[in-house]
Amino acid sequence: MAFAAFATAEAQPQAPKRKSRIALFLLLPGILYLVLFFLTPLISLLLTSLQVPSELGDIGQFDYAFNWQNYVDVVQLYWPHILRSFGYALAATVFALLFSYPLAYFIGVKARRWPLLQSLMLVLVIAPFFISFLLRTLAWKQILSDESFIITSLKALSLLAPDAHFTGTPFAVIFGLTYNFIPFMTLPLYTTLERLDLRYLEAGSDLYANPFTVFRKITIPLSMPGIVAGTLLTFIPAAGDYVNASRDFLGGPDTQMMGNVIEANFLVLLNYPAAAALSIILMAAILVLVGVYVKRSGTEDLL
Amino acid sequence: MSGEVQAAAVLGGFQENEQLDDRRPAGPARPRRIGLGDWLLPAYTIIAFVFLLIPIVYTFVFSFNDSIKSNISWRGFTLDKWLNVCNVEGGAVCQAFGNSIIIGLVATVIATTLGTMIAIALVRYRFRARSATSLLLFLPMATPEVVLGAGLAAQFLAVGVPKDMLTIILAHTMFCISFVVVTVKARVASLDPALEEAGRDLYGSPSQVFWRVTFPLLLPGILAAALLSFALSFDDFIITNFNSGSVSTFPKYIYISASRGIPAEANVIASAVFIIALVIVIAAQVSRAARVRRLAKLG
Repeated sequence: MAFAAFATAEAQPQAPKRKSRIALFLLLPGILYLVLFFLTPLISLLLTSLQVPSELGDIGQFDYAFNWQNYVDVVQLYWPHILRSFGYALAATVFALLFSYPLAYFIGVKARRWPLLQSLMLVLVIAPFFISFLLRTLAWKQILSDESFIITSLKALSLLAPDAHFTGTPFAVIFGLTYNFIPFMTLPLYTTLERLDLRYLEAGSDLYANPFTVFRKITIPLSMPGIVAGTLLTFIPAAGDYVNASRDFLGGPDTQMMGNVIEANFLVLLNYPAAAALSIILMAAILVLVGVYVKRSGTEDLL
Repeated sequence: MSGEVQAAAVLGGFQENEQLDDRRPAGPARPRRIGLGDWLLPAYTIIAFVFLLIPIVYTFVFSFNDSIKSNISWRGFTLDKWLNVCNVEGGAVCQAFGNSIIIGLVATVIATTLGTMIAIALVRYRFRARSATSLLLFLPMATPEVVLGAGLAAQFLAVGVPKDMLTIILAHTMFCISFVVVTVKARVASLDPALEEAGRDLYGSPSQVFWRVTFPLLLPGILAAALLSFALSFDDFIITNFNSGSVSTFPKYIYISASRGIPAEANVIASAVFIIALVIVIAAQVSRAARVRRLAKLG
């Protein structure tokens, strides 16, 4: 797992310690780059979130201050969006897990005898990555629009109420988030399931456990690292996404998420402090949730 | 993160640890009943793949639609859109596509260089502030894109840098570095230091040893990382949207024209990119399979 990837090689450097000047030379450019374009922007964001409108300025002009009131204001104004972001992301994560687990199980366990089929199926799992994220979301919008073949025939068969809509509903947004992040869930699940030692499962059934008990008591715990990595990889981008929820894509006026209001405040309303405060809230909430989740699921070594 | 790294491995067909021994114990085949699960799971897998591929097929099919402006309802088959991709809207689609390619290439070169250097240092050298370095590399991957985008935009605004192609490249390089480090690091860790020692024993200068021994051995990992970087940069919309000003990229073009209808030419470009990417990946997978077979024969 990549969460572990940084920790695992912590140990033995392969070569004896050489001049640390070389290490410095290798590290410095990249680290400096990340300090300049990742770390300081986060500080800029924090400072921006505390700004006040300048007295004499136009719209979009702000002065540095320590106006913590901004945070209270955005929470009061945008609490539905904040709740929606995390609710939708949670729902999408659960659906993606339910969708991906059997798929990853088939690729990683059942298809072991056919390595070529295995790698072909992996290519199919990541195939959606190769077509533009926005275009595949738009494709779903058109496939599921009120005039589309699928929806009209479902209505003709009375499987769907005549006045039912799909696009523009929370259901459509969650559907889009689920679809778009399925590969992020399937790949880490596949990685752990592919290494699952089947002898444990045999031992379980030898001890008269029924298949369900074997699955619940052996398969699930052994694939926990993949479940944790997959849910994080799905939840984090889903909570910050604003393409699926956007009105031109799968969302409607009542499905706007935090990303949508951050974008609107930053790029349209030029209310930078509000956008920055919302971003800081989003990041802090995600870090706290991830920390608690990783601790509770007992996979701390992932981080 | 791991999904991305796995994607890189599949993308490049350069899975690390190409052990030849089968680390999955097979165990004796036991007599078993043919049960529900024997066909249920394969059937589910097929349905799942159909579901995953629906929007791709849709996008591809509608690249042949004889549409006028927006590409929503089917109006008949035509090859026009494929033959005259750049003729619509004064070539706006192609302009955006070209920008995406340039940004992707430059960001990939910078990120791959910086990330590979970090990966080598992380595996090969001991230094203080190692865990701080790891944290700094991990955090950009755990931060939602909208926060990365808004943060950089706030910084550019505070410093007074106008948003253009350069700011997009700076932003893309930033989020690609961590993915390069993770991908290349696995490769460095699996490298046998004895090979470099042999190079030094044969009086190779440090630069000779690096370019003749280390670099060729790391190349598959570096290539996979570069492919991943390019793919991430090429398809990025959220961070680009905050830092692009009036410059158009392919995803941004789609986002902006979504409200008035996407021309079929966008489907043409996306389909072409899809086919090229698929060919690269499958070719890499096949050559990897061939390599493993060759090695198996030697062994």
